[in-house]
Order: sequence, then C-alpha cells, then structure tokens
Amino acid sequence: MTVGIVGYGAHLPRYRIKVEEIAKVWGADAPSYKKGLELREISVPAPDQDVITLSVEAARNALARAGKMSAQDIGAIYIGSESHPYAVKPSGTVVGEAIGAMPACHVADFEFACKAGTEAMFVAHGLVKAGLIKYGLAIGADTSQGAPGDALEYSAAAGAAAFILGSECVVATIDETCSYTTDTPDFWRREYQHYPQHAGRFTGEPSYFKHVLGASEILLEKARMKPADFQFAVFHQPNGKFPMRVGKALGFTRQQIETGWLVPTLGNTYSGASPLGLTAVLDVAKPGDRIFLCSYGSGAGSDGFVFTVTERIREVQNLAACTRDMLDKNVVYLQYGEYAKFRHKILKAEGE
Amino acid sequence: MRDVAIIGVGLTKCGELWEQSLRDLYVEAALKAIKNAGIDHIDSMYVGCMSSGLFVGQEHLGALMADYLGQAPVAATRVESACASGGAALRMGYLDVASGASDIVLVGGVEKMTDVSGDAATYALATASDQEWEAFGGITFPGLYALMAMAHMERYKTTSRQLAAVAVKNHANGAKNPAAQFPAIITVDDVLNSVMVADPLHILDCSPISDGAAAVILCPADQAKTLCQHLPVKIVGSGMATDTIALHSRKDLTSLDAVTKAAAAAYRQASKVPSDIQVCEVHDCFTIAEIMVSEALGFFEKGKGGNAVETGATAIGGKIPINTSGGLKAKGHPVGATGVAQAVEIVEQLRGGAGARQVAKARIGMTQNMGGTGASAVVHILEAM
Amino acid sequence: MPTARAWREYPQRYRYEAAVCKKCGKWHFPPRLVCDACKGEEFETRVMRRTGTVVVSTVVRVPPAQFKDQAPYAMAIVRMDDGPSITTQIVDWQEAQLKTGAKVKLEFRRISDDGEAGTINYGYKAVPV
Repeated sequence: MTVGIVGYGAHLPRYRIKVEEIAKVWGADAPSYKKGLELREISVPAPDQDVITLSVEAARNALARAGKMSAQDIGAIYIGSESHPYAVKPSGTVVGEAIGAMPACHVADFEFACKAGTEAMFVAHGLVKAGLIKYGLAIGADTSQGAPGDALEYSAAAGAAAFILGSECVVATIDETCSYTTDTPDFWRREYQHYPQHAGRFTGEPSYFKHVLGASEILLEKARMKPADFQFAVFHQPNGKFPMRVGKALGFTRQQIETGWLVPTLGNTYSGASPLGLTAVLDVAKPGDRIFLCSYGSGAGSDGFVFTVTERIREVQNLAACTRDMLDKNVVYLQYGEYAKFRHKILKAEGE
Repeated sequence: MRDVAIIGVGLTKCGELWEQSLRDLYVEAALKAIKNAGIDHIDSMYVGCMSSGLFVGQEHLGALMADYLGQAPVAATRVESACASGGAALRMGYLDVASGASDIVLVGGVEKMTDVSGDAATYALATASDQEWEAFGGITFPGLYALMAMAHMERYKTTSRQLAAVAVKNHANGAKNPAAQFPAIITVDDVLNSVMVADPLHILDCSPISDGAAAVILCPADQAKTLCQHLPVKIVGSGMATDTIALHSRKDLTSLDAVTKAAAAAYRQASKVPSDIQVCEVHDCFTIAEIMVSEALGFFEKGKGGNAVETGATAIGGKIPINTSGGLKAKGHPVGATGVAQAVEIVEQLRGGAGARQVAKARIGMTQNMGGTGASAVVHILEAM
Repeated sequence: MPTARAWREYPQRYRYEAAVCKKCGKWHFPPRLVCDACKGEEFETRVMRRTGTVVVSTVVRVPPAQFKDQAPYAMAIVRMDDGPSITTQIVDWQEAQLKTGAKVKLEFRRISDDGEAGTINYGYKAVPV
C-alpha cells in the first residue's frame, strides 16, 4: 500500500524579535551571533499561543488541503513537542476535540527534543501502512525557550507543522523511512527545571552531525538514491549553519536545501523545525519532485524520510496559508521587554 | 391595585466607608427612613443588593437585615437585578403595598464594595454581563459600554466632549450634595485628559466603586397624610422590562429597548408623557449611558442626547434636569443602593427639600435604574401629593 | 473557571457548534433550549463558519487580572457569516484594521487559565483577514 501525505499545513505566530534586540540587553556582540548562528530574527508566540493553539491551526490548514476526508476518519493524533502545555494531560486530546476527530481516535503526545514531530510522522505512517487506521494526523510544534542570556535564547522560536497521512489522495508518497538513535547527552531538561541545558560544542559533531549523517547515509542506501536525485533536502535547523554544513557533507547543494531552510528568519522551532521546512517545500514543489528529510533530536536521534510529490500537489498548495507567507508577511517586531513579558520571563508576585 | 405613597426617606453618605459594614450601612439608612416617616412598625421589607456574596461572602440578606434592624420576624427578602437591584426592590415593595398584602413596607438598597481588591470588585461587577459569552473573553464592563459609545458615536456623531459634558454636569450637581462621594468640580478637559479605560471611555467617564445605602418607607396613599408629617409623594407609575443579557444579541447597539419599554409602562400607568417629567434621576454608570437613557426615556430624539447635555438642556434650570443628585458619577454608585437612592433624591426634590440642587416647583419626577448593559430596566414616576 | 463548566462549552469554544432552530431556521450561538425568535424547542447542531464582520470594537486598556499580560487589547462584537453575533478579542491587529465592517476569522487561542497549576481555558479569538 502506498502511504503518504494527504494534507499538510503550518502555523506561525506573527511576532518576531531580532538578534540585535536580545544582544543589546545582555551586552553581547550581535554581529558575531548573527554570523555564528546564521540567523537574524526568531518567531515569538503571543501570550495566548502555545503548542496546542499552534497545532490546532496547523491541523486546520492540513485538513483544508486534505480534500473530501472527514476529521472523523482520523484514527490517530500524535503531537511531538518539548513544550507541551501540560506535563500530564495530552495536547492531542485538545487538538482532536477542536478539529472534530473524537472519539474514535488513538492519541498520544511524543517527546524527543527536536525530533518529536518527525516521530509523530514516523509512527502515524506505520499505522496507516499496517492498515490499522485510515488517516493519521502527525504534528510537530514547539514554543520552546532559551534561558535568559544563553546562546539558545537567540534561536529558540515557535511554530507548528501538521501532516495528515493516508493512502488515498496523496500529495507526496512516503517511499522510505529510517531511524538512527543512540544515547547521547548533548541537550536535556530535568523535571521541574524551567530551561534546558546543553553541552556546548559537544552538541555539534558527536551529536547533530553524527546522527544526521548516520541516518542520512542509511536512508540513501535503503532508497538506492544519490543526493543529486533529489530536488529538495530538508534537515533539522537549530541554526543557519548546521543544515548547510551537513547537507554539503552528504553531497547536497545549497539550492536543494534553501527552500526548506527557514531558520534564518524563523529561528529553531524545535519539534517543528524540519516539519516546517517540509511544508515550505511542499508549498512550491512540482509533481515528480523527490524530497529528502532528516530530522535531529537531542538525546539523540534522527528520523529520515524520502518523499515523491504527486500530481495532486498542484490542487492543494493554495488551499491554505503558505509557510513563507506566514514567515515574511504581517510580522510585528518586539522589544526585549515585551518579549520577556510574552515569554513569562518576568518574575511576578506570588499567585499571579 | 391601590395607590402607594413614599412617606419616608433615608440615605448614608457614599464613599469608602471603612468603619461601616454591609449591615451597618443598611440599618443606618433604614433607621433614617423610619424616623423620617414617623412610623412605629413595618409589615415587610426588601433588600436590594447586587453581590453581597462576592463582596463580603454574605447572602441571606432579608433575614440578616430584619434581624439587625430589630424587625424580625417581619417578612424580608433580597431582590437582585444587577445594578437595577434597588429599583427592582422598590418595585417589589410597591407591588406589596399596591396589592393590599402589606401596608407599611421598608425598601432599602445597599452595597459594600470596598472590602475586596479592585480586581475582585471588577470581577463582581462583570457578573452583570453574560459571564460565559462576554465577561469570560475579557470584555470588561467599561468595555461593553465603550462598544455602545463607539456605536452611538459612529451613527449619531456623538462626541467625546459630549460624553464628558455629562460628567461635568453631574459633578457640578454633586458639589451641591452633602452625601456625594466626589463633590469636586471638573472640566471637559479634565475628563478628556484622564486615563483611557476602554476607548472612548476615560476613567472620568466611569462611575466609581462605593459603599452606601438608601431606604424609603412605602404606605397606601390614602394613609399617607395621617402617618407622616412630610409632604407625601405618590408612585404614579412603575414599569420594568428586560432585554437580552448579552450586548451582542441586541437588535440595536445604540438603543436601550428595556428602558424604553419600562418607561412606556410607567408613562401609561401614570397617564403621563415625557414632557410632564420635571426632574429625573438616571443610571449614569458611564457617561454614554446617561445620553442613551435620556433618548430612551423620550426626553430627546434618538441621537440628540449628546447635543442636549452639551447645550445645558439637562442641567438644573434646563429643560429637563437630569441627575440633580450628582448621579452615579459624582454621588457614587453603591450598586444595590442606587435605585433606591434615586427615589430618595426625587422625593426630596418633590418635597422642596433639595437645597442648592432644588428644581423650582418640581411636582413630577422620574427614576430610571438599569442593570448590566441595559438588560434590566426599572422606571418609576413620582408625583407630589 | 471550574473545569466542568469549561468542558461543557468545548463544542462552542473549540468547534463553533451552533443550534439552528428547526422551526424558523435562526442560528443560535451559543445554543439555547428555547428559540428567542419563535419559541421553538427543537434544534439541529451545525458548525458555524469561522468568518465574520466587525460590528463595533474598543481597546481595553485597564484589564481584569487574568488579562494583564495582554493589555491593551481589542475587543469587538463580530457578526458571524452564519448569523449569530459574538463578543471576542481581536488579536494580531494593526490600528487600521479595527474598523466597523472589517473582515475577521476565528482562531484557536488560550483565553485564560486557573493559575499556574490550574487548567488552561482554550477558546476563540478573531484575527483580521
């Protein structure tokens, strides 16, 4: 059975903050951050936005592109995030109620640092392929935070991408998947801690690069394809540099990576990162295009996918907001004070 | 139904009355009214109060006040219609006497609002709106009246200066009222320069948070002159009406249909028309409310209420003096007391006892009390006997 | 808001479900047991479209406690394309967009929560289109 993406959608907050604005407050050198991270500004969720609200809107956009199907036919809803609003109470049930998929639905929240979104896709794909469900909704969404003044504060951003997977009316087939996982302590957050911690430069070679390269090489072999066979490549994008470097190391070109490379003006949307890159690619892809996707989640692991775009893509691209439009248009820039207020970084009175 | 007269009135000051509790306030006003009426017993009593539960954690006010007034075992109960609780209590007391069920009835209104924080008071007041579908989303009470103001300004070109003129007039009147919470004179610029609460309403467009109580004594009109040495005042018309609880469900955001309907019932019962009314207390919870009410009561054409106040038509000495007491704005708005306090002011006017606020030769007066954004309205017409 | 009370309203807050009077066809949002147009007592559940028009709006500058982080914020009466009018916050707006007649669309947002440890109340807000 051919399984693939039936509908896809994204949702981004409209607020942004520039690297200069953050650097100003901490007395840091903005140009060197911009150069080192290859990013200029990041998205900021409004006080009334969180993983659940972003996921609902992304899911609604995915349904808008999914043709005649009913939300009632969704058999599973998986949301991957590292900033679920509740520690105990699933985000998926709220999303499921909001889109009218309940009650005949399996729901689970996923977590695996930045790759929780592709995990949701990986598992939903499996259930559809096994014939256990007709459609599966997989979402990667985050509103993650970096500690004040930490390097991560310059890149942690918010966004959501949703995919409805099924076997009918597919816009992109999933031809191959793989996963590559080890126990690697590069980035973590203990229970009850507000902000995550990371191991500095250890997050590079032994972490991001090892797993993305590892998964990608296995995937290319499984698919019996070379980088040149693909029109697009999407990698996890914690900053502007890493995906370009890993892509180059594998043999992909800058042009192949650019379409799905949102991080310079979006920031790192964690579990939403490579999924959002994929939505930006689907917004402009043509029938027959091959897409290579490899995520990365600290801890650590990578999920890889090979997609082939079908004829149906043309019918659906304009049925909902396009990712680049949401990224570039109608944005509002915040000062650090407003940003800190929105992100609850200001210490308030007890009980507030 | 027999005719009913008001033979006694009593009022506490309005303000932040730290030393007085909810029951202290009601009893003070009630005792004053009883003494003013010169009666020695009552047959039943009513307590108008919007939200004693949220403000001081106290319900069961009928029994409480009867007890503390030393009047138990008299029949007593609380009447609630949000900010129209006082007016509604007055109507219940009126019907109690008119029906023949009771002869001498005490109607008092009270609210104790300053024991809780500003946030808690705001929350309590918002319960007058639709909690689930208005308040919960963050509209706030001033926000709802701001929407009405915006609609009125858009359709009829009512201006912020005209809204401010209401506050200025009411403060000018309040300055002559010893019971007023804010007797200071203010100007239109004072209002326009005060902090914006919800566009276009400034803080000086809004009535305050107050403690206070007011009370009246009712009796059959044919017993009034025997019982009481003051000039008795007859209730010649009483009307009450409701409208949709939520502002968004109204047919017309610039109209107060419940006020118009309640007034129509009162005018019909009293065989009177708007031009008969010589002095009127209206529910100026916000300046826009007074303008809209003055139109709904038939004093001015729809849309002309702003111009009327700006040109002095509603000042003492104008065509129809409105809120000689200072209104809710300057006198204060202890919510449950307001409807009864309005009756006290009109009775004083009709008795010739309003001092510096006196409207010359006033014989027919009106009170208009309103709950929420106009979802409840109570109108009474009073005539000197 | 106590959890049961919020939960009872999910069909409206999450899915914009209205009750359409079987007798006279009037859409009611939220649903009610008696039609206020014809006193009918039978209804059909229909989901409202998310789009509507601003009837009138204001900007709340002195907020109640749970909305302190969002002040100043815009509130409006919006007439939904299917008929009912609702009171809702307008978010992500620019000054020029807060006009009578402006087109808006409902979006899923957090409305409030019962403190840091309480449940989160989700519902609808309007965004300009």
